[in-house]
Amino acid sequence: MVIDSPDSPDLADEAASWPAVYIHLPFCARVCPYCDFAVVAGRDDLTDRYVAALLAEISSEPDWLPLRSVYFGGGTPSRVAPELLARLVADIGHRFGLEPGAEISLEANPEDWSPGTAVGLVDAGFNRVSFGAQSFHPEVLRSLGRVHLPEAVPVAVEAARHAGFATVNLDLIYGTPGERLSEWEDTLAMAMGMGPDHVSCYSLTVERGTELYRQVEAGSPGPDPDLQADQYELADELLARHGLVAYEVSNWARPGHHCRYNLAVWGQAEYLSFGMGAHRYRDGVRSHNLSRLDLYLEAIEQGASARRGMERIEGWPAELERLFLGLRRRAGVKMGPAGRRLIESVEGKELVAAGALASRGDRLVVLRPLLTDAVIRAVLALSPG
Amino acid sequence: MFPSARIRNFSIIAHIDHGKSTLADRLLERTGAISAREMRDQVLDSMDLERERGITIKAQAVRLNYRSREGEDYVLNLIDTPGHVDFSYEVSRSLAACEGALLLADAAQGVQAQTVANAHMAINAGLEVIPVINKIDLPAADPERVTGELVGILGGGPDEVLSISAKTGAGVDDLLEAIIAHFPPPEGSIDDPLRALVFDSYYDIYRGVVCYVRVVDGTLAVGERVQFMATGESHDAEEVGVLTPKAVAVGALGPGEVGYLITGVKEIGRIKVGDTITNARRPAVSALAGYDEPKPMVFSGLFPTDGDDYERLREALDKLTLNDASLQYEPETSKALGFGFRLGFLGLLHMEIVRERLEREYDLDLVATAPSVAFRVTMQDGSTLDIRSPQDLPDPTARVEIQEPYVKAMIIAPAGFVGPIMELVQARRGEMGTMHYLSPERVELTYRLPLSEVVFDFFDLLKSRTKGYATLDYETAGYRSSDLVKVDILLNSVPVDAFSSIVHRDKAATYGRTMVERLRALIPRQLFDVPIQAAVGGRIIARETVKAKRKDVTAKCYGGDISRKRKLLDRQKEGKKRMKLVGSVEVPQEAFVAALRVDLDE
Repeated sequence: MVIDSPDSPDLADEAASWPAVYIHLPFCARVCPYCDFAVVAGRDDLTDRYVAALLAEISSEPDWLPLRSVYFGGGTPSRVAPELLARLVADIGHRFGLEPGAEISLEANPEDWSPGTAVGLVDAGFNRVSFGAQSFHPEVLRSLGRVHLPEAVPVAVEAARHAGFATVNLDLIYGTPGERLSEWEDTLAMAMGMGPDHVSCYSLTVERGTELYRQVEAGSPGPDPDLQADQYELADELLARHGLVAYEVSNWARPGHHCRYNLAVWGQAEYLSFGMGAHRYRDGVRSHNLSRLDLYLEAIEQGASARRGMERIEGWPAELERLFLGLRRRAGVKMGPAGRRLIESVEGKELVAAGALASRGDRLVVLRPLLTDAVIRAVLALSPG
Repeated sequence: MFPSARIRNFSIIAHIDHGKSTLADRLLERTGAISAREMRDQVLDSMDLERERGITIKAQAVRLNYRSREGEDYVLNLIDTPGHVDFSYEVSRSLAACEGALLLADAAQGVQAQTVANAHMAINAGLEVIPVINKIDLPAADPERVTGELVGILGGGPDEVLSISAKTGAGVDDLLEAIIAHFPPPEGSIDDPLRALVFDSYYDIYRGVVCYVRVVDGTLAVGERVQFMATGESHDAEEVGVLTPKAVAVGALGPGEVGYLITGVKEIGRIKVGDTITNARRPAVSALAGYDEPKPMVFSGLFPTDGDDYERLREALDKLTLNDASLQYEPETSKALGFGFRLGFLGLLHMEIVRERLEREYDLDLVATAPSVAFRVTMQDGSTLDIRSPQDLPDPTARVEIQEPYVKAMIIAPAGFVGPIMELVQARRGEMGTMHYLSPERVELTYRLPLSEVVFDFFDLLKSRTKGYATLDYETAGYRSSDLVKVDILLNSVPVDAFSSIVHRDKAATYGRTMVERLRALIPRQLFDVPIQAAVGGRIIARETVKAKRKDVTAKCYGGDISRKRKLLDRQKEGKKRMKLVGSVEVPQEAFVAALRVDLDE
């Protein structure tokens, strides 16, 4: 069997039909200053109630297809007891069925991880783990509000490998104010030393409503976009040298280790999602749940729907969204009506002239991933007429 | 008609905040024109904007009935004058309607430049002046020093200076007696043909234009045909009346009387302040002296932020000119800003007031180009051109010289600030005139300066260098030849007309550098490097570059992020739409506003 490269166009297109499920576990020891996700800190006492609510929500979802991927994200899923996670995996498998060799992935913090946890999770069916390593510089970690020490990461990776996880991912953050290019290079080298199958590199982003946002508003230095560009280019080069293939703006993987859940999302596949603040896309409708823990729990416990806000995505907006999501991939997208319109537009031509965008046969690809949003704004400005 | 021997027409001359409006209120109250219960603070400053800025824009006249201590009845007409140098023509017309003026000085702050300038204007107009020290109840009051200053300006003896507190009313009764004793009654013959001075006008939505008039000779009676001598227009006198301060119609106004006239004219531009009204059937031989056309001193382009608002802006300007005859405008097209208007203002304050009114009363979002004065260009063929916009400046090969308007400026400040003032004035190409000590502590300096150097931020700088103590007044002093050049600003090699400016050669580098530095900070990074250059003729005098953006991408876009990211990018896309495309460079509206701020020095 030929293993597809993570950036293969065939793989990217095929992912549009992969059934995937996302489970949100919002619990954290503390809220990181840069994080704007739906998370709660210091409410681990509600874990049992929350898992019960998840099970109830899953049972009320109409039948669907056997799953290619189940992704536990957060928050910090590793804060939830392995037995509860096992129960969720079993329940989801029972409810929808799992394809043979389905991806079952969770996010974990190195400090929550022990050999025992790892073994328990493999027994529960997990085969992919994503560690929030972020940086291997203690100072950078501190200013990111991370509590683990750099040396906890290789220990956790080793435990995961030993327990039998097929894919290990490391999440890294670059562009923390004060982080020098050389320090980022060190972090990348340390990460490579652990032989990860998958790496996600995220530029630190100042999101509204976060502690970091308040600090920057109050005059603290924010990330320097030019340095972040240097850091991105360095990562792209260094990771490639270690056999990791870039396949999305922020993601690199060895062949065979691409994240299926995310490829499904970028392929505009339908996916289900459960938990507080969870977003799903099914039957042409994107909808999301209540994003406050107490309200989510109350709704589910009263037998009500936790869904708030929904929008139907069809016709031209759906076509634009296909490009919006797909152009983040190195494989790009099939041209389609919107792609053809873009390439003919004034803005599209400017982007081509700037070397940011290109047509490759029947595909449209972003050649400068760092300018992806400039391309997407041009996409969103397209009209069908 | 009231016998002119018992009429006194007067103005109050005062610096801002020296208590003119409070004194006016007190006079209204003491003469029973308005009861204490009706008393609203400062009834004469009626417009919101005036109240906020503490200034008076439109003159008004109030007729007060006063019974003297001797028991005789008098009519006192208090004619309000605008308090800002922008409106000096209006001040001169209001003074022309008076025989007397109260020169009001704050007991703590003393005489200020504006007070002196207006006092000189009053004396030159032949008015009797009564010096009055106000706010004697203040702890910091120094009536002795201020008396010295007033005597220094007006001559006369210290015993002629009155001391009052308009706030408490102390001394106001004596002041009323001084008004009837010292101000002469109006002269004029009831038998001569009508001559009445239009000293102000305003637009009333129901009645049309209302003229404020002072009858000099003859009678102005309802129903008669009147002629405006400067414009030549004739109209029927539909209504004649006085302001008490409420409008009260009367049959006729005789010599010396002050009141209003309504003719049914709807366009304020047809009524000229300073014009003389006469009887169309029995016209006067000559008009009253002093008539002038309002001359705009400062020009600026005004463009709607949203091009679709052009028609609304035009309508707003049409309406605004109904009650602001001094405002002039004509259509202007800018490559960078689209369709708009070139406006002429009496001064910078006038400009700010107009812009604020357009934005506030007409809900318009506007971009204003850098204000400019009018330059006079002599061409090769000997003809002259008045240039109100840098875009209109002819090529250097076609012109012989450029002249710019000058002013004679008067500055009054504590003597200790003479050094910093001289420095500032020299930096503004000023030439020293006279220096005169009003008292050992305070000095009056006069200078000749280019208007362009005074009109924008000079006053703010003067204030900041003298800890707020200096005051300024100026009057026009003709045109002079100057070494002026046009500085162009180029974005990606394309000149942006809105940023061009005509400046003195010595200031060109500063202007150019300031503009390119500002624009570098204001123009967002694009997909390519954007050079920003300042040029005089073909020579580049300053250059900066907005480096191409390297990173424009959201780090994460997973299942839970899609809607939010799409909305964010949609908003950014909308923001892009609001940018003006200059050549191939996207420039946000705010960049025009921020780059064109006038404070070029600091």
